[in-house]
Amino acid sequence: MRRHLHKGGAICILLAGIATLPLVANAEVSRGQILASTCFACHGTDGKSPGTIPAIAGYPPEVLERQLKGFRDGSRAATVMDRHAKGYTDEEIKLLSEYLGTLK
Amino acid sequence: MTQISRRNFIKTVGAGGALGLFGLAGCGSDNGGSAARAKVVIIGGGPGGATCAKYLKRFDSDIEVTLVEPNASYTTCFGSNWVLGGLANMDDIVQGYDALKTTYGVTIVQDSVTEIDPAARKVTLTNGDTLPYDRLVVSPGIDFRWETVEGLDASTASAIPHAWKAGEQTRILRRQLEAMDDGGVFVMCAPGNPFRCPPGPYERAGMVAHYLKQHKPRSKVLILDAKDGFSKQGLFQAGWKELYGDMIEWVPGSQGGMVDRVDVNTRTAYSDGGLNEFKADVLNFIPRQKAGAIAHVAGLTNDDGWCPVDQQTFESTIHPGIHVIGDASVAGAMPKSGHSANSQGKIAAAAIVLGLQERPMITPSHVNTCYSLVGPDYGISVAAVYHYDEGGIKGVAGAGGVSPADAGPQFRQQEADYARGWYASITQDIWR
Ligand SMILES: Cc1cc2nc3c(=O)[nH]c(=O)nc-3n(C[C@H](O)[C@H](O)[C@H](O)COP(=O)(O)OP(=O)(O)OC[C@H]3O[C@@H](n4cnc5c(N)ncnc54)[C@H](O)[C@@H]3O)c2cc1C
Ligand code: HEC
Repeated sequence: MRRHLHKGGAICILLAGIATLPLVANAEVSRGQILASTCFACHGTDGKSPGTIPAIAGYPPEVLERQLKGFRDGSRAATVMDRHAKGYTDEEIKLLSEYLGTLK
Repeated sequence: MTQISRRNFIKTVGAGGALGLFGLAGCGSDNGGSAARAKVVIIGGGPGGATCAKYLKRFDSDIEVTLVEPNASYTTCFGSNWVLGGLANMDDIVQGYDALKTTYGVTIVQDSVTEIDPAARKVTLTNGDTLPYDRLVVSPGIDFRWETVEGLDASTASAIPHAWKAGEQTRILRRQLEAMDDGGVFVMCAPGNPFRCPPGPYERAGMVAHYLKQHKPRSKVLILDAKDGFSKQGLFQAGWKELYGDMIEWVPGSQGGMVDRVDVNTRTAYSDGGLNEFKADVLNFIPRQKAGAIAHVAGLTNDDGWCPVDQQTFESTIHPGIHVIGDASVAGAMPKSGHSANSQGKIAAAAIVLGLQERPMITPSHVNTCYSLVGPDYGISVAAVYHYDEGGIKGVAGAGGVSPADAGPQFRQQEADYARGWYASITQDIWR
């Protein structure tokens, strides 16, 4: 990615951050988070679904991994999750499940 | 403040004694005295822009995010066909900006951007004010190519509605349907590719048929299509037959469906240079489309009228520092949908945050699912997972696809329930 930031500006961000140091630090954006964020359109932000699609917040990573693999191999019945789960490799399922597992 | 920034800060200070050079006062001087932080301005509070605003704040709450949108609230196109069918009310499809403001700390400016200056990195509003930015996100949606049809322009849309931007247009079309006599013909002209929401016209046909079957059962729905095929075609046509018998008729482009002229006064559509004539009682003309006006004003568009971008970061390939997302962008295999715009808003947010932190971009991943209701208890869907590969966004092989053709009524009912669940979830993920 090309960068077109003014160097001075970048330093100012840091200084301003120090001046108003928030209590909670921003976590670094991770690949697991990027992958998991694609689930939120249907399952709600952070998996907290407000409607008829099941919530997935608070699931332990092992459970998520097992269910996603079940959707992927067809052993778990689905209307749409089978079609989605087939889009992810074992590694991607692990990464996104680990990330989702950190959410409360 | 991220751990990373803190580390960078120490490094920066250590390396150059930067503190002495850029005191807080110095930083503040270029934006009127307040402490300067990275500024991201977003044009448009639809699915693309609003998602990007929320996720920028989620990824890095220290970024100053300003969302410019002329309307006080947003009426979603998704769900607007359900209003036409009588399954939902207008109130059900209105979304607000309060949560973006109060929960996430996004600054909302209710105005339009009239000009973008990519060199000076600022945008101008209708009142003449300017907003400086470090990064700009442009998500203006679509505009219409009125010049591709004779007899219609923006001023005729109150008589011959498109209802392809939701709100007043949806109300007009609904009122016209309510005023139509039993035995009337509802004619919809569907556009050529590419256009916003590929299954949208066909969901609309079913929803209108649902309304007519209950209230005006001798009426007809005629789709005049510029194309010879459409999204989820087999599923739609099977569903129409099952629920509405012969009420819905589809005319493909090669068989007279490509309408090139409309007589507004008599509500008549003509195709093939006047060879075919279709008299409508309600005429819903969905024009061909292009990126929203501001994208053209700012020179962000290609010859086809859409905005080319680096499909990894959604940064414009024409103007650096500007990311174009949603319907206006050229996004590889992704269709122009609210779900796509939502997915792209997240990836653009990640690209901007990582760029500001001088970190490498993470390989993006996208999804899209378009649910459509054929009837109140009859839902179908098309799904896809996308990854970035060899310079473009491609569908992941073996994933996605449409609902099974041989599914029974229980499956269709479940997907109808999930279509409504999708609406609840995605509007929360975008605006709340
Ligand atoms: C009938 C219908 C049904 C649909 N159903 C579905 C569905 O079921 N699922 C789905 O995923 N998608 C659906 N869609 C598609 C979806 O609505 C669009 O793809 C989506 O709205 C695109 O989002 P966007 O952010 O790119 O643009 P938009 O939603 O068009 O938002 C653009 C915003 O930018 C603002 N704006 C424009 N110019 C300026 C300016 N100069 N300054 C400031 N603000 C500006 C506008 O006021 C607007 O609020 C449907 C569409 C239609 C028409
Ligand atoms: C198109 C909307 C959609 C998307 C996108 C989506 N899901 Fe789902 N998910 C569903 C639906 C609907 C169900 C119910 C099962 C079914 O019918 O497919 C479900 C079920 C699940 C379940 C089982 C929950 C339970 O308790 O039974 C899990 C786990 C899950 N999804 C995880 C995910 C993850 C992780 C992602 C992102 C990689 C994701 N989903 C993306 C719609 C979606």
